[in-house]
Amino acid sequence: MSRASLPLVALFVLSDPLYYTLVGILTGFVLLGIYFMSKVESARMGNQLSAFAMALAVALTLIHYAILPVWILYILLAIGATIGLIFALKVKMIQMPQLIALLNGLGGLASAIVGGYAYLGIGAMTDSFSQIVALIAIMIGAMTFSGSLVASGKLHRILPQKPLLIRHHSLWLGATILLMATFIVLPQFVKLPDFLVLSVMTVMALGFGLLFSIRVGGADMPITISLLNSLSGVAGAISGLAIGELLLVSIGGIVGASGLLLTQIMCKAMNRSLLEILLGRSTTSSQAKGEVTTEAVVPQQDSDIPVIQADPVELFKKAKDVIIVPGYGMAIAQAQHLVKQLGDILLKQGTKVRFAIHPVAGRMPGHMNVLLAEADVDYDDLYEMEQVNDDFASADLAIVIGANDVINPSARAAEGTPIYGMPILNVDQCPEVFIFNYDLRPGYAGVDNPLYQRKTGVHLFLGNAADTLKSFIDRL
Amino acid sequence: MTILQGVLLGVFALSTIIGYLLIHQVPSLLHTPLMSGMNALSGITILGALVATAIATNEANPVISSILGGVAIIVSMVNVVGGFAVTDRMLKMFTHKDKSHE
Repeated sequence: MSRASLPLVALFVLSDPLYYTLVGILTGFVLLGIYFMSKVESARMGNQLSAFAMALAVALTLIHYAILPVWILYILLAIGATIGLIFALKVKMIQMPQLIALLNGLGGLASAIVGGYAYLGIGAMTDSFSQIVALIAIMIGAMTFSGSLVASGKLHRILPQKPLLIRHHSLWLGATILLMATFIVLPQFVKLPDFLVLSVMTVMALGFGLLFSIRVGGADMPITISLLNSLSGVAGAISGLAIGELLLVSIGGIVGASGLLLTQIMCKAMNRSLLEILLGRSTTSSQAKGEVTTEAVVPQQDSDIPVIQADPVELFKKAKDVIIVPGYGMAIAQAQHLVKQLGDILLKQGTKVRFAIHPVAGRMPGHMNVLLAEADVDYDDLYEMEQVNDDFASADLAIVIGANDVINPSARAAEGTPIYGMPILNVDQCPEVFIFNYDLRPGYAGVDNPLYQRKTGVHLFLGNAADTLKSFIDRL
Repeated sequence: MTILQGVLLGVFALSTIIGYLLIHQVPSLLHTPLMSGMNALSGITILGALVATAIATNEANPVISSILGGVAIIVSMVNVVGGFAVTDRMLKMFTHKDKSHE
């Protein structure tokens, strides 16, 4: 290996074959850790195994490069570890999406910096391969950083939820891409000052990430976060290519693949193509309303006078088979504990209770599962959409908590609306439906929900889900 | 391109494929912890940051040249430790459940 030699005292010297064997073993640990993540029972162990492998990797690196005596490194590591621990212990479950987005961005920043050093030949060779991948590492790392910060800000509600568009948005995005591409290729042919190349690259990549993230709306966040997650892995892998570091490449590649897979799953669950998201065709950009087709779905009745319906409390007490559908509204109202309480009341009266989780309910993949797990709901009661969707027709009662687009029957019929073709939970097939939503306004996608107009079998409890649930539980 | 660089590209392709296949098995129930765990792993770039910073401390201007590396070490360590710890916190909630209501 041709690497800038370190004029440091080597405490240990690892031979290359031994080093690479250990690197292989550590990668194996990580893969095994991920394998354990596929089962709930072993998932925690899997995560700990990955963490353990990571700690060993740090130790191995310090030894292999003979930098054990550089004491400043330990101080920096300690500072980072402390901040990380504080974040991890203080964060509320509801804040998980923004924390993950933030951490993601930090990973991207680190990769960009490593790429910057590599470009200057610090820790890397200065051949054209290394130089080009170093610039790509800066590019992807920096755009992950700014993109994730914006996403995190939106999730934390510091920034507006709505897509923010500047004039000629796509044109600006295109311009940044063009400039970045130019500055990756150009230094190979023309001698440019390092400072110029690095600063143009950084600024353009930061700008790209910002422009990209700022126009993504709230409900598209699950896709955006997954994509940024993937990018942070790719950034790590590319910076690994630049400095010739095997572990960065292998583990970065795994993370990149994972994020990509999640992105695909999210896209499929929203019936969107990744390209649409990348090009910024956000769901809200098309302002089509479902009114044209509402009638086709639900036969409208002329009178506005509500038909006299069965008492919800009675229905609730009689129900033998109940499916609960949580959505982002449950998360913002922090109503998961009340939902659990409601489920417990049902269980106590001998009712079968299942939770139906739409893949994009909430703001990140698996968001609802984490919140319900926090409220101590048994994970065996959490069902994926495909598992439970055929059972709505035979269930006695569906209880919707702050979900809208994912239960909107317009998705099946209302062609031309943003949600058309998106797989939905078949709540409308259930004879009785309770809806604990904030109001009757269309959901994020802007398509009216014909369920709200159904005259029988739909009981609306409008307001903050925490309040409406509480008063309902009090009535029982 | 050196042999090492070729090997690295091969490893990149291979690990991407293996990762994809493995992660395919993870149920959507665990997608959030999976994502935060992956997030922690993306902090692997800390290895690069450590080496680069250590080298930079030997440059003519050690403070200036290693300051960014120091930032990289800190933020990637936040990423790693925060990511793993928060994943553990979430997974702990999932595994406690079995006996909670029987």
